Amino acid sequence: MSSMFEIRGLKSAIEGKEILKGFDLKIGAGEVHAIMGPNGTGKSTLASSIMGHPKYEVTEGEVLLEGENVLEMDVDERARAGLFLAMQYPSEITGVTNADFLRSAINARRGEGNEISLIKFVRLMEGKMKELEMNPEFMHRYLNEGFSGGEKKRNEILQMMMLEPKLVILDEIDSGLDIDALKIVAAGVNAMRSAERSFLIITHYQRLLNYIKPDYVHVMMQGRIVKSGGPELAERLEAEGYDWVKEELGIVDETVGQA
Amino acid sequence: MAKQMPELEEYKYGFRDEHKAIFQSGKGLTPEIVRTISEMKGEPEWMLKFRLKSLEQFGKMPLPRWGGNLDELDFDDIQYYVKPSEKQGKTWEEVPEEIKATFDKLGIPEAEQKFLAGVSAQYESEVVYHNMQEDLEKQGVIFMDTDSALREHPELFKEYFGTVVPPADNKFAALNSAVWSGGSFIYVPKGVKCEIPLQAYFRINSENMGQFERTLIIADEGSFVHYVEGCTAPIYSTNSLHSAVVEIIVKKDARVRYTTIQNWAPNIYNLVTKRAVAEENATMEWVDGNIGSKLTMKYPAVVLKGRGAKGMVLSIAVAGKGQHQDAGAKMLHLAPETTSTIVSKSISKHGGKVTYRGIASFGRNAEGAKANVKCDTLILDNQSTSDTIPYNEVMNDNITLEHEATVSKVSEDQLFYLMSRGLSEAEATQMIVMGFIEPFTKELPMEYAVEMNRLIKFEMEGSIG
Repeated sequence: MSSMFEIRGLKSAIEGKEILKGFDLKIGAGEVHAIMGPNGTGKSTLASSIMGHPKYEVTEGEVLLEGENVLEMDVDERARAGLFLAMQYPSEITGVTNADFLRSAINARRGEGNEISLIKFVRLMEGKMKELEMNPEFMHRYLNEGFSGGEKKRNEILQMMMLEPKLVILDEIDSGLDIDALKIVAAGVNAMRSAERSFLIITHYQRLLNYIKPDYVHVMMQGRIVKSGGPELAERLEAEGYDWVKEELGIVDETVGQA
Repeated sequence: MAKQMPELEEYKYGFRDEHKAIFQSGKGLTPEIVRTISEMKGEPEWMLKFRLKSLEQFGKMPLPRWGGNLDELDFDDIQYYVKPSEKQGKTWEEVPEEIKATFDKLGIPEAEQKFLAGVSAQYESEVVYHNMQEDLEKQGVIFMDTDSALREHPELFKEYFGTVVPPADNKFAALNSAVWSGGSFIYVPKGVKCEIPLQAYFRINSENMGQFERTLIIADEGSFVHYVEGCTAPIYSTNSLHSAVVEIIVKKDARVRYTTIQNWAPNIYNLVTKRAVAEENATMEWVDGNIGSKLTMKYPAVVLKGRGAKGMVLSIAVAGKGQHQDAGAKMLHLAPETTSTIVSKSISKHGGKVTYRGIASFGRNAEGAKANVKCDTLILDNQSTSDTIPYNEVMNDNITLEHEATVSKVSEDQLFYLMSRGLSEAEATQMIVMGFIEPFTKELPMEYAVEMNRLIKFEMEGSIG
């Protein structure tokens, strides 16, 4: 049986420097995979390359969502095909309200003639914002403008909940969150877990995984997965750090593409 | 007649109907033509003299050597007066069918909705449709086309006409003064506040026909009025000239807001003089949107003449292929504690050029005056350009002047972010542009905001790929 999401031999470079050096991963429907690793090992490059950020040049490999190679699609087509990336540093767009933006994004998926009604949209958005304990005024604030780090992360999760993607990539969603915000964000993610939806969680710390239980944990170093296991792997990393992994594998410098 | 369509973007309002004018002056400008215009309008002697003197002035003055390129403007190739129909329709039923059809295409019937106070639309050089809500009339508000005002309110007219923008002000003001026709005249009596905007819709429809409307607004003490004007023009193969003059007198404690959206075809020269005088504690606000045209030179001005007077200019300019928007604002602080704000937003794309040109001037008596100028430019591609040319004149030490200018491009990260949520590149760009001009759009009456967004969307659709 084919996987719901599969990355095969992905190589990706930024400004001519290769960061991903043949990355492989299979994610089944409904599974939650965590990718952990120290700074500079290519985790965010992975997220951006899958979504198609123009700064990253994919030189080799395939990324298959339900058997279709998303690397052949434009960024917006990937999104409409069901990919979602909750970003580490979401952009600010002045003059565009959160509500206007999200409604356009939803309608872009639904297509012309099938737009969501305004009332239905407002109810949906209000409901999801309540779940995330967001101040209702954020609906009419400009997209991410003047949001604190934590507010931006919550807003990313809000978008995920509204857009209902098939494969969700969370890139360092826990950075900059205090413990209460982390719990709320995790609850939002957990509420979205289903047999049809898969998650790829990129994180530094095991802390997030206390609240979102992964099925698989992978350690990333030098632009590829070097070790995989279950949730117990994350716990060991939390307790002992990454040095034992490096020793076990004979890795001296785990980073990639650093000057 | 061959229509020359723009190569990249189709001009949405480039339709044209077969309406026959009753009188056309023919091309070129002579004292005889000026006399004919005045005679046909049945004007008093003083206006004929004013026109002839202005024509003389026009002949004497050189073209401005700053701003945009006027080399291709041929004054002998322009028709200065076209009279579309024998009489002015008083009600909608009396308006000729073909003109109605044009209004239909412009979406005018929507503007007919009950919340509109009055619609006075300029079709070629005469106002053909004019309607006013009764309670405004009862309050003593005068809202009519400028020609009728000259006939019906001669004293009021003569007292103010030409006092804010004299014919010798600049070459195009002189031209307008010689051949003006149509425009709006508004008088708001003391203490009267017009709750609903007064609106006019302008449109040029004859090839090579200049449009020289003349608008005069007098807001008496403590009054308020918001005047809204929108313009579209069809495409023609040779250059057309639009050269209007707007004069506004804002008396003590009064407030006037003047909102314009101009969407000219890419062959129009749009050379407009707009100026207001604000007396003690009066407020003048220009909200000015410039889209299209070959060249726009327009710098709405406020002469802050009385203590505590306030001036505001909020403008956007969009320049596409082969277009130059040379626009800005002038704030002349002549009295103590006067304040002014200029917010200018410009967008250039497809090799278009935008120039912000502005003056903040403080006279000797401008004790404690304040001015704040903010110019933001968004450049959509590498072929397009922008310039910011602010002039400051300061004759008093005790003033505050703040100037801030930004130039930005649509960033890769912003586009990626929006596209990663499923918006196409065009939709994402559009959204960023709309957000950029939002400070302008939010000041517009609702139906104009909708129209504005539609225009921008349309403008942006040829921008990608």
